[in-house]
Amino acid sequence: MQQGRSHSSSRSRLCTVFMFTIGAVPALAEGPQATPSIFAPASTPAHEIYGLSIFVLLITGSIFAVVAGLLTYVIIRFRARGPDAEHEPPQIYGSTQVELAWTVIPVLIVVVLFLTTARIIFAIQDAPEPKSALEVTVIGHQFWWEFRYPKLNIVTANELHIPASTRDAPQPAYLHLLSADVDHSFWVPQLAGKTDLIPNHPNDMWLDPRQPGLYLGQCAQFCGIEHAKMLIRVYVDTPQQFKAWVKNQQQIGVEDSAAAAGRQVFETQACVNCHTVVGTPAHGTFGPDLTHLMSRATIGAGAAANTPENLRAWIHDPGTFKPGALMPAMQLTDQQVDEILAYLSTLH
Amino acid sequence: MADQTLPIPGSLRATPSRGAALLEWLHGWVVTVDHKKLGILYVVYAIFFLLVAGAEALAMRIQLAVPHNHFLGPETYNEFFTMHGTTMVFLVGMPILFGFANYLVPLMVGARDMAFPRLNAFSFWLTAFGGLLLYFSFVGGFGLYGMGAAPDVSWWAYAPLTAKAFSPGHNTDYWALSLIVMGFGTLGAAINTLATAFSMRCRGMTLFRMPLFVWLMVVTSGLTLITITPLTAAQIMLTIDRYLGGHFFDTQAGGSATVWMHFFWIFGHPEVYVLILPAFGIASEVIPVFSRKAIFGYPVMVAASVGIAFVSVTVWAHHMFTIGMTSVSNSFFVLSTMMVGIPTGIKIFNWIATMWGGKIRFATPMLFATAFLFQFLIAGLTGIMLSVAPWDWQLHNSYFVIAHFHYTLTGSFVFCIFAAIYYWYPKATGRMLSERLGKWHFWLFLIGFHITFDTMHFVGILGMPRSIYTYEADRGWNTLNMIISAGGLVQGIAVLVFAWNLIHSYLHGKVAGNDPWDAWTLEWSTPSPPPVYNFAADPVVRSRRPLWDIKHPNDPDWKYEQ
Amino acid sequence: MSAIQNSIPIFADENWRLPSRGRVAMFSLIIGESAIFTIFVVAYIYYIGRSTSGPTPSILDIPIFNTICLLSSSLTIWLAEHAIERGRMRAFGAWWALTIVLGLVFLAGTAQEWARLITHEGLTIRTNLFGTTFYSLVGLHATHVVVGLVMLSLVLIFTLAGRIEQRHAERIQVLSLYWHFVDGVWVVVFTVVYIVGR
Repeated sequence: MQQGRSHSSSRSRLCTVFMFTIGAVPALAEGPQATPSIFAPASTPAHEIYGLSIFVLLITGSIFAVVAGLLTYVIIRFRARGPDAEHEPPQIYGSTQVELAWTVIPVLIVVVLFLTTARIIFAIQDAPEPKSALEVTVIGHQFWWEFRYPKLNIVTANELHIPASTRDAPQPAYLHLLSADVDHSFWVPQLAGKTDLIPNHPNDMWLDPRQPGLYLGQCAQFCGIEHAKMLIRVYVDTPQQFKAWVKNQQQIGVEDSAAAAGRQVFETQACVNCHTVVGTPAHGTFGPDLTHLMSRATIGAGAAANTPENLRAWIHDPGTFKPGALMPAMQLTDQQVDEILAYLSTLH
Repeated sequence: MADQTLPIPGSLRATPSRGAALLEWLHGWVVTVDHKKLGILYVVYAIFFLLVAGAEALAMRIQLAVPHNHFLGPETYNEFFTMHGTTMVFLVGMPILFGFANYLVPLMVGARDMAFPRLNAFSFWLTAFGGLLLYFSFVGGFGLYGMGAAPDVSWWAYAPLTAKAFSPGHNTDYWALSLIVMGFGTLGAAINTLATAFSMRCRGMTLFRMPLFVWLMVVTSGLTLITITPLTAAQIMLTIDRYLGGHFFDTQAGGSATVWMHFFWIFGHPEVYVLILPAFGIASEVIPVFSRKAIFGYPVMVAASVGIAFVSVTVWAHHMFTIGMTSVSNSFFVLSTMMVGIPTGIKIFNWIATMWGGKIRFATPMLFATAFLFQFLIAGLTGIMLSVAPWDWQLHNSYFVIAHFHYTLTGSFVFCIFAAIYYWYPKATGRMLSERLGKWHFWLFLIGFHITFDTMHFVGILGMPRSIYTYEADRGWNTLNMIISAGGLVQGIAVLVFAWNLIHSYLHGKVAGNDPWDAWTLEWSTPSPPPVYNFAADPVVRSRRPLWDIKHPNDPDWKYEQ
Repeated sequence: MSAIQNSIPIFADENWRLPSRGRVAMFSLIIGESAIFTIFVVAYIYYIGRSTSGPTPSILDIPIFNTICLLSSSLTIWLAEHAIERGRMRAFGAWWALTIVLGLVFLAGTAQEWARLITHEGLTIRTNLFGTTFYSLVGLHATHVVVGLVMLSLVLIFTLAGRIEQRHAERIQVLSLYWHFVDGVWVVVFTVVYIVGR
C-alpha cells in the first residue's frame, strides 16, 4: 500500500501551470474545495491518479505538439498558390522506411504508458486493507446513499463521516459497495476514482484523506429520474470530532414529551414502513434512517439544506425539491405536517 | 438507352394532373430498388434525424446553461439524452454511412447496382420503420391515450434499470424493439455492401485497386456483422425478460447486471469504429484529390483499417473500468485499448504524408477534412487518457468522456460526413453546393464545436458527471456550462446554414458536370447525376486511380503500383 | 457517354472471375448469426448453476434420436446438392424432401421435450435462470430450424411444380449452406446444454 506518499510540490506546480494554460478556473490548494476537481487530490488514491494523469498529459501533450505542428506546417507550406498551381505535384505512393518509423515509435510509447498504468492499477486496486481501517458499507438506493458502520453499529444516510488519516496513525476508510436496486457509482473526485455499486456484485474502494473538512461528490452512474440529485457529502473529521460524532450516533433518541403528538402521527402514518428511528416501532428500511436526522446538514441526498422550512416542504411533498423521489406526498394535513416536523426536530 | 435517368412524372400521360404526378413521383421513391435513390433516401432520412437529435441536444443545453433550471423536467431531460444518443448512433450515424455505401460503392467498383437491390430496399425500409417506432414512443409510450413517454434509461440502458420493476410502461420496450428492427436492417445493408464489393467489381478492379472508401466500407460492414448482432441478441434477452418474465438481467433472481454491460459494450465499442471507419474512408478520398496527390501508403492504410477492426473487438471493457474487474483484466483492457492507437496513428501520419508536397486546394470538403484531422488527433489523445484505467476511474461518466466521444463522433465522424456531402452532392444532384454558404457553415460549425466541446473537457475534470438534468450552483461549473450552451447555439445556426445550402443549391446551384473536382475514381466518369444503369459500358480499370490514368496517359499509375 | 468513359482502356483479362454474390452474402449472414448464437451460448454458460431456486439441468434427457435426425439431414441435403448439380432432378426432390422430414422430426422431438419439461417438471421460461437460458438458447436454434424449413419447403413446392432446374444448383447450394449452419450450431448447443451444462 502506498501510504505516506506525499505529492511533490513540483508536480502541483506543473498542474497549476497546466490548468492556467488551459484556462480552467480553480487554483490548486490542499484540502477540501467547493469544486470537486480531480486535479485537487486530497487522498492517496486520488494523488496516485493525479500523478499518473500528469505523466500521461505530458506524453500526449508532446504527441499533440509534434503532430499538430506537422499538420499546421503542411497546411501552410503546401497550399496551392502561384502560377503553377494548375500543374499536378509529383506523385509519391508510399515509403516502407517511413511507415516503419511511424509504426515503431507509437509502439514504444504504448509500452511505456502501459507499464506505468499497470503499476498504478495494482497499487490502488490491490492495496491490502490495514487492521486500523474503518469499514463502511455503502448501499446505493434510488436516489440516496445508505452508510452502515458494522463495527460501530451506526446507520446513517447521504453524509459519510470518516476520520482524517495521518502519516503516523493511518486510518483509511474501506468502503464496501452494494446496491439495493439499480446501478450507482460512488464518486468523490478529490478522494478517489469512482467505483460502481451494482446489485449482486459487491465492490470495494478505499480513501485516506488527511485534511479535515467537507468533500463533495455525487452518483456517477445514471440510475433513474433523480440521478442528478443523489449527492454525496464526505465529512472528514479530526479524531476528536469523529469520536464525538460516533458517540452521538450510537445514542438512542431521548423521549421528548413536547413532540409526543408528532411521534404519534409519525408512527400511525405510513412513515414507519420506510423509515427507521431506533428505539421506536419505526423499522422501515426503504428510506433513510432518521434516528439522527438533525445531525445531518441536508435532506433528500443533498437536494436541500436541512432547515425547518425545507423539511416542512419536504414532508408536505418531496417533489418540491426532487420530483420523482420515491417518497410520495403523503396528503397530510398542515397540522399533521407541523407535528411531524416538531417530532423530527428532536432527532438529534 | 431505354431507361430514363429519373422517372419524369406524368410524362407518359396526355394530361397529367399535378396531384397524380406528385403521387407517381412519390411512388417512384417508395418502390425504388435503385442503389442511388436508396442511398439518397438513407442520407435524407439521416439528415432529418440529425436535425431532430440536434434540437434535443439544444434543449438539453438550454436546461444546463444555468444551475437549477426548470426548462426541462427530469423526465423530459432523461428522455432527451436517451433519445439524443440512440438517435445519433442508430438513426443518423448508421443510416448515413450505409447511405454513402449504397450510393458510392457500386459506382466506385464500376457496378450497375448493389448485389441485392431488393434486399437493399428492404433494409432501408426496416431501418426507417425502426426509427419511426422509436419516435412513436413519444406518443405511445404508455398507450395511445394519455401522454406517451420516450425511453429514458440512457442509451447504454444498464440493467436492472431496464427491468419491469424500474421501468414500468412501454418506453423501454419501444427502445428494445426498434433497435432489434433496425439491427436487422443494418445486417441486411452490411451483407449487401460486402457482396457488392466482393462480387460486383468491374473488370480489372482487383481488391487492392478498390478505392479506400470501398475498403473502409468493407471493413465497417464486416465489423457490423459481428457487433450489431450481439446487440440484437442482448435486446432479444431484454425483451424476453420484459415480456416473458425471463431472468437474464433480473438481479433479484440471480441474473447479472454486469453481463448486460459486457454484451452491450461488445457491441458498443466496435460500433464507434463502425462509425469512424467510413469517416476514414471519406477522408482518404477527399484528402488526396484536394492535395492533388495519390494516397500515401495505400496498402498500409488498408492493413491499418483491418487492424483497427480486429483490435476494436478486444477493447470493450474499457467502458467498464469502474465496475470492479480484477486488476489483471483491467490491465489487459488498458493494453488492448492503447494498441488501437498504433494503427490509428499510422493513418493520421499517412494522411499528413499525402498532403506533404501536394498543392492543397481548400474547397469546403477539404476544409472539413482538415479540421477532421486536428480533431481526430485530439480525440485519439483523450482516448489514450481514458484508456489509462486509474485516470478513467476519475474521468469515466464525467463530462470529459462526453467531450471525448463528441470529438470522435461530431469532430471526426460528422465533419467527415459534411466533407462527403460537399464532395459528392454535385454527383448526386448535378449541382454544386454554394462555396460561400459552405464556408459560413464550416467556420460557424468549427467555432461552435470548439466552444462547446473544448470546454466540456474542463467541466469534466472539475467533477461534473454526465446524465444529470441539473447541478448545484456552488460547484464552480456555472460559467463553463453557460459557455458550452452558447457554443451549442452557434453549431445550431451552422447546421441551419447547411440545411439552407442543401435546398438553395439544389434549385440554384452551379451546374456541376461530370467531374467538378478533377478527381480520379470511377464515379466521376459518369454524368451527374448518374443514369439508372450507372455506366453505359462496363468500365475496365488498371490501377487505383482509373481517371488519373486517362488524364495522364504518359504517366499512368499502373506503371508504379505493384 | 462521356469522352472519359469511352477512353478507359480495355485490357484483356479473360480470367476475370469474382466470387458468387450468393455465397458471399450467405457467409456474411452466417458470421452475423454466429455472433448472435455466441452471445446466447455465453449467457447460458455464465448462468449455469446460478439459479436461486427451481429445477436444475439434471432434469434434461439427452436428445440422441433428435440429434441423429438433424445431423443426418446435413448429409441428405448434401446428397440433394450433388444430385441437382448433375441434373438428376428426381433424386434431388427425394433427398430434399427427406431433409425436410428429418427437420420436422427434430422439431417434433423438441416440442415433446418442452411439453415434458413444462408439464412434468414445471420448468418454464420464467421459473428460474436455467429455464430462461435453456428455452432461449434451444428456442433460438429451433427458430432457425423453422426458418430453414420454411425456405426448404418453398424450394420443395417449386420442385414439385417443376420450376427448379439444374441451373439453379448454385442457389440451392447457397440455401444449403444455411441448413448446414443450423446443423453445425446444434452441435454447439447440444454440447453446451446437454453435456457441459448437465
